[in-house]
Amino acid sequence: MPRKEAQQDKPHVLGRLLRYLFAHYKGKLIVVLICILVASAIHVSASVFLQIIIDDCITPALKAGLTAGDMLPGLLKIAGIMGGAFAVAVIAVFVHTQLMAIVAHRFLKQIREDMFNNMQSLPIKYFDTHKHGDIMSCYTNDVDAILQLATQCIPAIVCAAIMIIAFLCVMLYYSVWLTLIVLGSSVIMVLVTRFVGGKSSRNFIRQQKAIAKTEGYIEEMMNGQKVVKVFCHESEAARDFDKLNDELFDCADKANGFANILGPIMGNIGNLLYVVLAFAGGAMMLGNVFNVSVFGVKPLEVGMIVSFLAMSRSFSNNVMQMAQTVNSVVQASAGAGRVFALLDERPEPDKGYVTLVHATEDENGNLTESEERTGRWAWRHPHSADGSVTYTEVKGRITLDNVDFAYEPEKPVLHGVSVFAEPGQRVAFVGSTGAGKTTVTNLINRFYDIADGKIRYDGININKIRKSDLRRSLGMVLQDTNLFTGTVRENIRYGRLDATDAEVEAAARLAGAHDFISHLPSGYDTVLKSDGANLSQGQRQLLSIARAAVADTPVMIMDEATSSIDTRTEAIVQEGCNRLMQGRTVFIIAHRLSTVRSADVIMVLEHGRIIERGNHEKLIAEKGKYYQLYTGAFELD
Amino acid sequence: MVIKTLSRSIREYKLQSALTPLFMVGEVVLECFIPLIMAHLIDSIEAKAMTPVVRFGVILLGMAAVSLLCGTLSGRFAARAATGFARNLRRDLFYKVQDLSFGNIDKFSSAGLVTRLTTDVTNVQNAYMMLIRMAVRFPIMLVTALVMSFTIHVKMTLIFLCIAPVLAAGLALLIWKVYPMFDKVFKKYDELNDSVQENIKGMRVVKTYVREEHEKKKFERSAEEIRKTFTKAERIIALDNPLLWFCVFTAMLLISTLGAVIVVRSFGGYAGDTPVWGELSTGDIASLFTYIGQIFSSLMMLAMVLVMIIMATASARRIAEVLNEQVEITSPENAVTEVENGDVDFCGVDFKYSASAETDALSGIELHIKSGETVGIIGGTGSGKSSLVQMIPRLYDAHKGQVKVGGRDVKEYDLRALRDSVAMVLQKNLLFSGTVAENLRWGDKNATDEQIKEAASLACADEFVSAFPDKYDTYIEQGGSNVSGGQKQRLTIARALLKKPRILILDDSTSAVDTRTDALIRKAFREKIPGTTKIIIAQRIASVQEADRIVVMDNGRIDAVGTHDELIASNAIYREVYDSQNRDGGEE
Repeated sequence: MPRKEAQQDKPHVLGRLLRYLFAHYKGKLIVVLICILVASAIHVSASVFLQIIIDDCITPALKAGLTAGDMLPGLLKIAGIMGGAFAVAVIAVFVHTQLMAIVAHRFLKQIREDMFNNMQSLPIKYFDTHKHGDIMSCYTNDVDAILQLATQCIPAIVCAAIMIIAFLCVMLYYSVWLTLIVLGSSVIMVLVTRFVGGKSSRNFIRQQKAIAKTEGYIEEMMNGQKVVKVFCHESEAARDFDKLNDELFDCADKANGFANILGPIMGNIGNLLYVVLAFAGGAMMLGNVFNVSVFGVKPLEVGMIVSFLAMSRSFSNNVMQMAQTVNSVVQASAGAGRVFALLDERPEPDKGYVTLVHATEDENGNLTESEERTGRWAWRHPHSADGSVTYTEVKGRITLDNVDFAYEPEKPVLHGVSVFAEPGQRVAFVGSTGAGKTTVTNLINRFYDIADGKIRYDGININKIRKSDLRRSLGMVLQDTNLFTGTVRENIRYGRLDATDAEVEAAARLAGAHDFISHLPSGYDTVLKSDGANLSQGQRQLLSIARAAVADTPVMIMDEATSSIDTRTEAIVQEGCNRLMQGRTVFIIAHRLSTVRSADVIMVLEHGRIIERGNHEKLIAEKGKYYQLYTGAFELD
Repeated sequence: MVIKTLSRSIREYKLQSALTPLFMVGEVVLECFIPLIMAHLIDSIEAKAMTPVVRFGVILLGMAAVSLLCGTLSGRFAARAATGFARNLRRDLFYKVQDLSFGNIDKFSSAGLVTRLTTDVTNVQNAYMMLIRMAVRFPIMLVTALVMSFTIHVKMTLIFLCIAPVLAAGLALLIWKVYPMFDKVFKKYDELNDSVQENIKGMRVVKTYVREEHEKKKFERSAEEIRKTFTKAERIIALDNPLLWFCVFTAMLLISTLGAVIVVRSFGGYAGDTPVWGELSTGDIASLFTYIGQIFSSLMMLAMVLVMIIMATASARRIAEVLNEQVEITSPENAVTEVENGDVDFCGVDFKYSASAETDALSGIELHIKSGETVGIIGGTGSGKSSLVQMIPRLYDAHKGQVKVGGRDVKEYDLRALRDSVAMVLQKNLLFSGTVAENLRWGDKNATDEQIKEAASLACADEFVSAFPDKYDTYIEQGGSNVSGGQKQRLTIARALLKKPRILILDDSTSAVDTRTDALIRKAFREKIPGTTKIIIAQRIASVQEADRIVVMDNGRIDAVGTHDELIASNAIYREVYDSQNRDGGEE
């Protein structure tokens, strides 16, 4: 798969994500950041408060032999400040979690839309060369990954980083020696995380692959379950499955195992640190070692050690948090990289400037542009040389002149193909599998651009016509009928969005679809689910013909369906096609030869070249390839 | 019920499943004792007594070591137990599906079975790990921390007991509000993804009709809708954080101020005469501070764990549904293991796909086929052709009447023996990923290369397979996407022939094969396997017209039986089909 960008550097992905976030939500994010800072600072100061209470209230009171009542004013003052600070912290937490929820989903929507919009602009080639499942996973797994990265990992890292720095400062304020011990243990923690966490993520990645393999097998076997049964292949299927399943178990076991033990290990390094600090602190205090802090040298007090110990716990918790988050960032940034890869795909280029307009005749009988739908169309052709505009009526004359084409440069598919289709003519392409019939349909509408030669529409080189206008003037009935979730009416109207209900119905009648539609539970308002799964193959074809009929284009490309439908339905489909072809220039890609006989010209393709051309009678009389195909000696696609 | 069914899959991981919570208890209890020892340590430091400092320090180190051991073991066992359980569950499901009959499979659908084997099992695995680890960890932590703080100071602990319900109630309220919202969001989310999928598949249609903008607008609308609902739900659930902080801070405030008062009362100026509130030291306050975090965060985590487990119950239910499914068709006891000959008899057979179906798929079928006969079947969509032939290898059972093969009721046979003698090429024929030879060996896993080649040439597949660069070792992609429709059909016929069946059934299996090859295959059948009963369903008259007899099906009934000439002369449906194919088909 061409997913080079997915391997782009992780820092790059992270940096880009941050820029993307800040570009859109600068204000909110700054507020979030400030709130996190405030909340964290107050959280850190909780242990300082405790120390102040101990050192300033309890200890002096005990020393002086004061009663609780004597101490109360001082205590209440500190408690008041503390309460106030806590209230601010709760508000700050409230604000930043609320804001984050809002930003997260705006961001999610934005990135989804950006992906979808960019996807709509991509050339067909992209969809032909990427697995649909892979594109899909950008919208599901990868978006989840990016959301997790943006809303959980990044804030958690920022938060932990701030806390770590804050604790570090306070610790330095108390004692440089003890802080050095804490830092030393942090290094150990980071190393352990890299080791254990690394093993875990490696296995998670292995597990991901094993899941893909197992799921692929499951899907294949579930879809082919009936074949499995007919061939009594159950035990073999189960045996192969066991192998995959055991492999998956192995990876999952290791991945989860390592992930599970990371917490206890880190936590107990924290405990170890605590003891070491207590010993060191106690020894320093008892030994009267001069304590060095950022504010100079002063003796270590009990309250300081107590606070320091509490702080060391919070500090190591945050280092732990940071280490684990960084670990998941590694996993998530692969997904984020794929999302950016999709966003970076280049849209299909379009340099066309000839446009399609409604046409009417002015008082002098000259063709001119009209605001309203007139049923007639013209190509509006501006000339940059003198700034003038000429109009050419859309008739549907298509010529292919010596066209060469290749999907991949080294493998040519069409050689020197020339076709002249006069308005209203039917041109059929016939040939065995791989002869290049379907390719022709990809060229006229510029799904792919030709390598050499010319294709002209009403005498205009199609490269000059704006792609959207070119396609609007071409109807297509494709081999695979794709329908969309929505009502039957909406699906037909897809051909022309401003078609009235009457026009939709007329198109359905023309296609021969009206009969079965009227028998559906809610007629034209029946909702089709998942690509029209509730319809038969033949019915789906009828709908796609109706959809083309409502578009009412002067040129039609019909790629016949290959799947077998029963004779009666096929006859109905055939009649629908015939009516649709009436009065249009039609290109038929024949797979079954039943439509070919009525064509004005038949092109027989072999290995990308036209080897025979002429009408049915002429070609039969020639007794060449067409004769062989027609008499069933060769298999069509 | 669901739990009982699923728990049968734990099997060899029972030990790990039991040890995980056990070690977890050890870890948690130690985790709670550690702050207590820490408090003593602090007190010793305050007392400037180095000996107890060392003593408590050593104890602390010992506890940390045990805690590490417990934690590591519990984590390790949890992973083994959960992933092993998932493996067994997947295996049990897969094996169960192998036992299911066609009727059962239709009920669940292939896609439904795939979801159960993948997403649902993963959900259950995660929930199981939660259950044996976290659902043990947090309640124990909560209880231990509470007990610990009780031992420090009973009255101070009441502060926790007052605030904890506030947090619990608040969380319950949030979850209760949000749960249905998330349910809705996930459904919408699925819809959005479906529509993206539809777009990717139908991109040619979108571009043909220049509907990019239309699609973008549609997408924007649903993305916006999801954003609104999701934000609403998230904002509610995001309240848990400030709520937790509120509780933690309130507790901190109360404990530090009240604590200070109590300490001074205990040891201060008038110490001794007012011990009414009990004794408290500065170290105790520090310990209580630690428990604040433990108590409230474990309460919150417990709530989250419960929610996640509840959310997995839907998956568990779906899995149990399959595991508990009654298999419709099984081999009888003392089954007959030999099919004598290729006779097929339908005696007054009625059939419908499910008991609740309104109309019969087949009714009053009376048909007797002699060994070695070639019978064609013609009929429109839904006329019951496929249903009819699927009863012969007992893929479905008749509701009324009897289906006999080789003179015996199909229900008397061992299923494997019956299906080995009846080779059926299904309408929805499938090849599997693997080489051509591997695919053909489905028919007979011990087939020699010569036998494979022979079967392939019978089905007119040898010619094109030999033209592949890798011949019979050519790799077939999943679903057979790298061979043409006609080639696929010929390979599936060869696969069926390798079974050397008594009865061969082709369910519309040559529709994509050109007429000349179709004729060649039929000729080969006639000459090379004359003793095999051949039943051929087809859309094309040409495919059946040379058969000994042709059955015309209509609406689940046999409309007529006869030779081509007889039916042309007497049967309206047959003639209509024949005429339509010869008017514009031109395939004759």
